[in-house]
Amino acid sequence: MKEFKYVITDPVGIHARPAGLLVKEAKTFKSTVIVAKGEKEAKATALMKLMGMGIKQGDEVTIKVDGEDEEAAAAAMEKFFKENF
Amino acid sequence: MQTFKGIKIVNGIAIGKIKVYKPAVYEISEELVSDIAAEIARFESARVKVQEDQNALYDKEMKAGHKDTAGIFEAHALMLDDEDSLIDPCKEVMAEGHTAEYAVREAFDAAAEAFANMDDEYFKARSADVIDLKNSMLDVLFGADTANLQGTEPAILVAEDLAPSETVKLDKSLLLGLVTRLGSSNSHTAILARSMNWPTLIQCHDITDDCDGKFAILDGYNSCIYVEPDQYLIDELTAKQAEDKAREAKLQELKGQPSETKDGRKVRLYANIGGPKDIAAVLENDAEGVGLFRSEFVYLNSKEEPTEDEQFAAYKKVLEGLAPRLVIIRTCDIGADKTIDYMKLDKEENPALGFRAVRICLNRRDFFKKQLRALLRASAFGKLGIMFPMIISRWEVQECKEILEECRKELKEEGKAMGEIEIGIMIETPAAALCADELAEEVDFFSLGTNDLTQYTCAIDRQSANLERFSDTHHPAVLRLIRETIEAGHRHGTWVGICGELGADPTLTEDFLKWGVDELSVNPKSILPLRGNVRNVDLSKFKTEAPKPEPKPEPKPEAPEPEAPKPEVKAEAPKPKGFFGRLFG
Repeated sequence: MKEFKYVITDPVGIHARPAGLLVKEAKTFKSTVIVAKGEKEAKATALMKLMGMGIKQGDEVTIKVDGEDEEAAAAAMEKFFKENF
Repeated sequence: MQTFKGIKIVNGIAIGKIKVYKPAVYEISEELVSDIAAEIARFESARVKVQEDQNALYDKEMKAGHKDTAGIFEAHALMLDDEDSLIDPCKEVMAEGHTAEYAVREAFDAAAEAFANMDDEYFKARSADVIDLKNSMLDVLFGADTANLQGTEPAILVAEDLAPSETVKLDKSLLLGLVTRLGSSNSHTAILARSMNWPTLIQCHDITDDCDGKFAILDGYNSCIYVEPDQYLIDELTAKQAEDKAREAKLQELKGQPSETKDGRKVRLYANIGGPKDIAAVLENDAEGVGLFRSEFVYLNSKEEPTEDEQFAAYKKVLEGLAPRLVIIRTCDIGADKTIDYMKLDKEENPALGFRAVRICLNRRDFFKKQLRALLRASAFGKLGIMFPMIISRWEVQECKEILEECRKELKEEGKAMGEIEIGIMIETPAAALCADELAEEVDFFSLGTNDLTQYTCAIDRQSANLERFSDTHHPAVLRLIRETIEAGHRHGTWVGICGELGADPTLTEDFLKWGVDELSVNPKSILPLRGNVRNVDLSKFKTEAPKPEPKPEPKPEAPEPEAPKPEVKAEAPKPKGFFGRLFG
């Protein structure tokens, strides 16, 4: 399993549109991608659970990637978070 | 006459009959069915149909250039793919023998409820998205005809609340204004109303359905709607509406027009912005670039010092979103009055004259370099200008440039892409204005920050109520410094803009143009009115003093000539070109 941490800079946080894009991106990999904030966590493919975490600017999230293509998926996720959140 | 209060979303006046918008209320059977597979198939086909509709709305909005609202429907379509929160729960309910309609109501309501219970306003408002999808699903499952809810004549629409997909489907030619009993200013409907500029009230709780068909005036300025208003109000507000329309039409006509005086002198009209959220306003108001992007938001909205990558993402968003326009980003301008915990700045007696802006950056190189590296990396995605604030001395500019160069070298070695950039400084201290000649040799552009320049020149704190009598926003000393700075810049091929509040002051537009200003940067809403002002200016009457960025050693006249060599309508003598003559112009 790979994991990395990221602090959200987008003023609205993980909101609908980029969250939708994240789902699309996460679905292109075989690995399971989990987004965690504190106790809460959601699969990156579960749009509404993801939004339901209410992740805001300044929040630190941990992204955990587990599966056969985890190397590539983790790299893609890290890039995606930096560019969109 | 009845008056109902609400919260206005858009200023403006709508006059006409009220149409109460009432979507269908469905009776959902609780009875169990035997053919579970058939219900799941009905659910599936409805889901696909609604998803297609949402994608079609997305296309429609994209074509209309409404990226923001298009994003809503894109997200809707994606939500309908959400197995965890929608599809699986629906299937579970249907597996118990319930109808597709029943399953949709249960599962979608539960998902909406989860959003509604969140603390944050933005996420709270998302429950409306889920309800919107639920209603669309039910419309399809019940085979309802939703076409005629708006009536057949133009009207002020009164609704409980409007879902985004309902709002987008509205026939705009029949819509005079919008009133909802519920709704939040964060809702998509509010966003849409703003971008479409419809007079809109939300949370107008008390308006009743029996207003249907009655004559009314929605008065956005006073956040209320008058039902069956008296003649006096009708006359007054009809006149105001006509005024608004004429003004707005004039402004709209200015979109795409050159910012050019009658005699052909061009000036660039740029926008002042505070972050990526202002991109839409820049585009909507047809700004030709960004003259001041305050990078403070990156620092102020964060609990810890933002990393280089975080800053890079924010700058890139703006540069990309506004390419190919020039975007001038001002480096960190925080200081003792804008305190940020993680900066651990000492409390100061006199913050305006204290450790702030570029002074902090030059003393904390690592902090500064993070921003400069982020900026340089972002420069690969658009046309970037970097501007240093609070400069007083030439060595400060040189040191800033050295550090920038150091960052560029590092990034080059790391193989990072970078673009061409322009380098400039704020002229906001009298010291900088008076040394403009030397400073101009160091940079591509100047930007006059008139708010601080006025405060420092006149030693007047604008926040102080007792100083009102002494405060003069057009103080001749400030105007002299502005004019001198423009001329000094031009002597060295440095272009000069104004990004302070004076830039938008219509009474000064002619003077600024006469003095040769190259760019005016104002808040987005002021762009079109300012373009209107510029286009009304005729500089040919000041021909004796054409603004030319060339060296001009002139003899100093004894005193300004009281008489004009050419008779002109304007009661103003042409300015003699000597030092004092120029200054007092």
